Amino acid sequence: QQRTVTGVVTGSDGAPLIGVTVALKGTTTATATDANGQFSLPVSGSGGTLVLSYIGYVTQEVSVGNQSNVNVTLATDAKALEEIVVVGYGTQRREDVTGSVATVTEENFNRGQVTTPDQLITGRVAGVQITSNGGAPGSGSTIRIRGGSSLGASNDPLIVIDGVPVDNGTISGSPNPLSLINPNDIESFNILKDASATAIYGSRASNGVIIITTKKGLADAPFKVNFNTIASIYRLTDQVDVLSADEFREAVLREKGPSQEALLGDARTNWQDQIFRDAFGIDNNLVFSGSVKSLPYRVSLGYLDQQGTLKTGHLKRSSAAINLTPSFLDDHLRVNLNVRGTLSKSRFADEGAIGSAVAFDPTQPVYSDDSRFGGYYEWANANGPLLLSPRNPLSMLEQRRDQGEVFRSIGSMQLDYRFHFLPDLRANLNVGYDLSRSEGGVVVAPTLASGFSTAGSRSQYEQERDSRLMDFYFNYAKEITALKSRVDATVGYSYQYFKTYSPSFATFNEAGTVELTQAAPFPFEVENALIGFFGRVNYTFNDRYVLTANIRRDGSSRFSPDTRWGTFPALAFAWRINQESFLRNATAITDLKLRLGYGLTGQQDFGQSYPYLARYTFSENTAMYPFGNQYYNTLRPAEYDRNIKWEETKQYNVGLDFGLFNDKFTGTIDYYRKETKDLLGTIIPAAGSNLSNRLFTNVGSLESEGVEVTLNFNPINLENVNWNFSVNGTYTDVTITRLTNVDETNSVGSPQGGISGGTGNTVQVHTVGYTPFAFYVYKQVYNEEGKPVEGVYADLNNDGIINQNDLYRYKAPMSPVYLGFSNDLTVKNWNLNFVLRANLGNYVYNNVFSNNGTYQNINRTDFLTNMSRNVLETNFTGLSAEQPRLLSDYYIQNASFLRMDNITLSYNFGKIARDRVNLRLSGTVQNAFVITKYEGLDPEVGGGIDNNLYPRARVFSLGANLDF
Amino acid sequence: CTDDLNLAPQYEVTSASLYKDFANYKSVLAKIYGGYALTGLKTDGAPDLSGFDEGKSNYIRAYWTLQELSTDEAVIAWSDVFPIHNMNWNSGTEAVRMMYDRIFYQVALTNEFIRNTTDARLAENGITGANLEEARNYRAEARFLRAMTYWHALDLYGNVPFVTETDPIGFFNPPQISRAELFAWVESELLAVEAELVPARQNEYPRADKAAAWMVLAKLYLNAEVYTGQARYTDAITYSKKVIDAGYTLAPEYPELFMADNDRYARTTGGVPQEIILPVAFDGRRTTSWGGTTFLIHASLGPEHNAAAFGMNGGWGGLRATPEVIDLFNTSDERAIYHTEGHTKEIEAISNFANGYPLNKYTNITSTGAPGSDPGLNFPDTDFPLFRLADAYLMYAEAVLRGGTGGDRATALGYVNMLRNRAFNGAGSISDAQLTLNFILNERARELHWEGHRRTDLIRYGLFTSSNYLWAWKGGVPAGRGVADYRRLYPIPASDLAANPNLKQNTGY
Repeated sequence: QQRTVTGVVTGSDGAPLIGVTVALKGTTTATATDANGQFSLPVSGSGGTLVLSYIGYVTQEVSVGNQSNVNVTLATDAKALEEIVVVGYGTQRREDVTGSVATVTEENFNRGQVTTPDQLITGRVAGVQITSNGGAPGSGSTIRIRGGSSLGASNDPLIVIDGVPVDNGTISGSPNPLSLINPNDIESFNILKDASATAIYGSRASNGVIIITTKKGLADAPFKVNFNTIASIYRLTDQVDVLSADEFREAVLREKGPSQEALLGDARTNWQDQIFRDAFGIDNNLVFSGSVKSLPYRVSLGYLDQQGTLKTGHLKRSSAAINLTPSFLDDHLRVNLNVRGTLSKSRFADEGAIGSAVAFDPTQPVYSDDSRFGGYYEWANANGPLLLSPRNPLSMLEQRRDQGEVFRSIGSMQLDYRFHFLPDLRANLNVGYDLSRSEGGVVVAPTLASGFSTAGSRSQYEQERDSRLMDFYFNYAKEITALKSRVDATVGYSYQYFKTYSPSFATFNEAGTVELTQAAPFPFEVENALIGFFGRVNYTFNDRYVLTANIRRDGSSRFSPDTRWGTFPALAFAWRINQESFLRNATAITDLKLRLGYGLTGQQDFGQSYPYLARYTFSENTAMYPFGNQYYNTLRPAEYDRNIKWEETKQYNVGLDFGLFNDKFTGTIDYYRKETKDLLGTIIPAAGSNLSNRLFTNVGSLESEGVEVTLNFNPINLENVNWNFSVNGTYTDVTITRLTNVDETNSVGSPQGGISGGTGNTVQVHTVGYTPFAFYVYKQVYNEEGKPVEGVYADLNNDGIINQNDLYRYKAPMSPVYLGFSNDLTVKNWNLNFVLRANLGNYVYNNVFSNNGTYQNINRTDFLTNMSRNVLETNFTGLSAEQPRLLSDYYIQNASFLRMDNITLSYNFGKIARDRVNLRLSGTVQNAFVITKYEGLDPEVGGGIDNNLYPRARVFSLGANLDF
Repeated sequence: CTDDLNLAPQYEVTSASLYKDFANYKSVLAKIYGGYALTGLKTDGAPDLSGFDEGKSNYIRAYWTLQELSTDEAVIAWSDVFPIHNMNWNSGTEAVRMMYDRIFYQVALTNEFIRNTTDARLAENGITGANLEEARNYRAEARFLRAMTYWHALDLYGNVPFVTETDPIGFFNPPQISRAELFAWVESELLAVEAELVPARQNEYPRADKAAAWMVLAKLYLNAEVYTGQARYTDAITYSKKVIDAGYTLAPEYPELFMADNDRYARTTGGVPQEIILPVAFDGRRTTSWGGTTFLIHASLGPEHNAAAFGMNGGWGGLRATPEVIDLFNTSDERAIYHTEGHTKEIEAISNFANGYPLNKYTNITSTGAPGSDPGLNFPDTDFPLFRLADAYLMYAEAVLRGGTGGDRATALGYVNMLRNRAFNGAGSISDAQLTLNFILNERARELHWEGHRRTDLIRYGLFTSSNYLWAWKGGVPAGRGVADYRRLYPIPASDLAANPNLKQNTGY
């Protein structure tokens, strides 16, 4: 006998929940709650069991028995965030996701002193490589998802914060644009890796998308205060290996004899000790959250104060964020309001001092009584400092004041309206902005050697960057129980505009009395805009088969009206195999999903705004030309290609997600293949055909493929002991398949990677058939003892002479394999958490060895320069021709490494102070150790050319977290 | 709403609008002239060309490197340029590519202006009256400068790609032209444009006039046998004579021609004689780059110099001459401006600045002893003289000795002795018997050293590659040695051979 059961489903706050799936267990009967949270479902006479499921809530089963009215309150799911995946323009249930999307939530973030958001997830995600740009405060990282897809355009992923794709360009006065986001405000990262997931972002999606969701207040939550403080000490663990004062003196006497002895001093100075220090940092965050009536709010305040290990460097960052999530009209209109502001004040230490400290003669004193240089020792004669000698590194830091102040604000207002007459249909409007204002300047003391001839200098800059966003979309989501189908469809429009403006200022001497260079006649200003129309359908049949189709049509102001528009489709299919009847009873398998995806994405992000226009630009006032007695600013036509168009990446992805033994063991394996054509990049056009010897346009093709594996283990899950660990590994291979408009297969390709030593030398090359940035070097010849023989290289083409035709491609900076290992062990109140990371097969050109590793450094008659201790190995005189020596493969070193990025031990005291406060204390060591064979200071060198990197410190942090 | 994508620059102009406003024309012309002095839109950091050190890519510095460092007149301590003096350059040598790229940048820049200043385009853009007349002058000068640049191309590389204003800006592969064909084109272009140029000594400083075109023609004809196999000495006499008769006068003091205020000798105003026919202008504050005379002065100063006495903030310790050139000078010659203190005359190691005497005729001190205008003393005010009357005298004399007609030995001797008398303060005259071709070659080195003529001169005399005349480190050995004759031309750079399949490499490379 059939009867009907009705009821209302509410959340823990008592508000009705709309769209909750109510199914009768063991049958195909199901429905969804309406706008009032009400449902009505036919059941058999015995009632059976209702299964109520809703995104973000714990699925609940209710026995009907003989009741005709069942009211249910669903509890929010603490793990809900894992189950909801934020995708472009909306969210999806984890099980409906067809693309390759990785989610990292707060509980899995890296701990310790995290200054920029990217540090939260370093090493955590397969296919995502995050390389810090060095050890300067707030210097941030280079992020590559699946190795990037471009050569000359940006390889940075698109970063979307609360629906606002943010400006990832460099902001003057800030070490890194992401450093202006307080990591403590971040709730989750969703990383969209394959094209089927990213194509909804169309023209901006080729390098993957990182969607950052910030923390919000919860409805009806009690007032809470959280205070988090971390104090850190930054200590360098190693120095560039140079000759000590005694070794240097000995080397000068041994190699050059008495003729150079007069140049030696009698001090013993370790210049690296002089410029570096133990640095201190503190990071405080205070968060208030709660709900005023039905207005949930979250307010956070942050203050970071961090010294640089290079003396005088300093970053102070104050941040504030407000989030309000009210709802109106019986919850039909939900509002998500975010405003965040950051003010950062930096003093930048002159990083040139690092190279100077390596090169400066260790027998010279730090200070002298020469008042011309402010009491610092300098190589000088009666006219002033020598033009070509190194400068006193400490003076470079202390007599130069380079300060910048940046204010950045990102805000968004999202209005999500669920139609009264059709609750399955939503209209969503998102308006946002991202603006930054910066100003700063550099003051060089008249007594600083580099400012000596001009009596110092005083320069300033200002910059404004603005971006505006408007997105509008309709979303229709419907559970069609009768057809065992779930449909989720979205169509929308997006507009975003960017502008950068910086006025030009004159440079003066330090006193401000003499104008050294005039201001440019015009400010710098560029704009660009993007318009997109997009649609997506996600269709799930029988909870087993999921199909997603995306399409986006994008226009970019960077291209001419003829080439402006691009269409970016994507298609993906997922099969939830574990839902099939043949696996239903295999209790060991909790999840098994196969994903297939294909998509086309575009790329239009590059340094120029109008590359298709025949533009003329006026010169600055230092590059004028006279006619008669008048000087004219010259007007230069820029090179251009009126046919320049999108770069397009085709991407295929096959993935398998699985969960075994009640999810004690879960994992994901993905294989991908990417083909980029019409690659945007710089090529050498035929001489005379264009207005420069380099042209930025569509230049070739690139292919990459890779495998990513993530395995998560939860072997122990007891009341007092919980142990999770996770391993991820990535293999990638990138090959250039076409490079110029000419089919020239044996062409050398395009030189890359400028190095120090001589002028204009490059050590890398893009060549068809090779990995981008392959090293392009001479093959060193070694003697019987295995030592390199100076000036002797293999004659690879056997023509009897050693010249550039003997260069060969040897290894590349990109690591083909990289691994991450993270561990989280909780025993009672103790928690041990660490992240290990390894890169394998990456190579680095040791420019410190090549540029400082010969006795040529002590050959000059007017000053001496210190050498890398490598010179004692090679005994290179430097009298051989400089260029082949600099390009010897001897200097290419295997830089594979294993790094303990982060290890944290914390203790949770629980409730203290009469149960009013919850306290957790933690201690972290960041950059705890590195295991490598690389002979330079640090094997992790972005770009693969090691040339006096700002060393990464080891950081010891103590943190306290208090909840009131 | 998709109109929001039609964005255009705020402070840059596009060629569509720029040529409607005549005020812009002179700034474009300034870029073409400035192409020889500047490397970009500022001192450095906004370069015209990339892929190498910006300062080294300066036109004059790159030209000077190929024309002087390959000869007895100059060696440099920096190993990246060693292949030039060692004469073992190849198609990948940076200096070879920099000059080539600079030449074709200048050609493309000039083509762009010539294309936009045809009578039809000028009419279209509403340029009329006096503006129209002036625009035509500008166009004629641009054509002259393009022809001069193509002359550099044919002198250095011989068989090069050929692009004119009729080719669009874009992505195409220009055809190759042979050295002889390019000679004919440069000759006809100069002859055509001669009529349109401002009369000699009538244009404003430092713009080209008819005499500049005559100088290039005279040089083409003097070297015609090398360029085409056909001697044209009579024409060389004709055109050097036109220059000589145009009213130029030797400056009284040779050193003043290379000082911070040497622009005086390139102007018709100011009450001093005009000897410089066409200079490349430099200014310590307004026309600055790390090439040109900035390079010439800095690089020829070292630790032993008192740099301040040269109006500079220090030396780079690079440039010297071989002993063979020093030996050409008599010490009472006013032109023997070289530094000996702390230096050996012999060159044991090219990388050692103390080996060999630096020639120091270029300075950033004015004729009254004041330093140039740059407060930092980095950038000199000193102009680089492309063509001087002295060169016209010597060309006349040489063409007469080589059998050209229309001139005579007595006049030739008179011209040469004018230079000798200036150099030796009224003395120094030679006799008719001493007036030989070999004397002229040596006199050219004494008078015109470091002005970018030496390689062409040695090739014309058959001495550049041969073992009949050796200098220190010629061919890469201390005592010098002859090299293969194909090195009388530089190779087409590998970069352009890869980019443009229409090109064939010069023989031998």
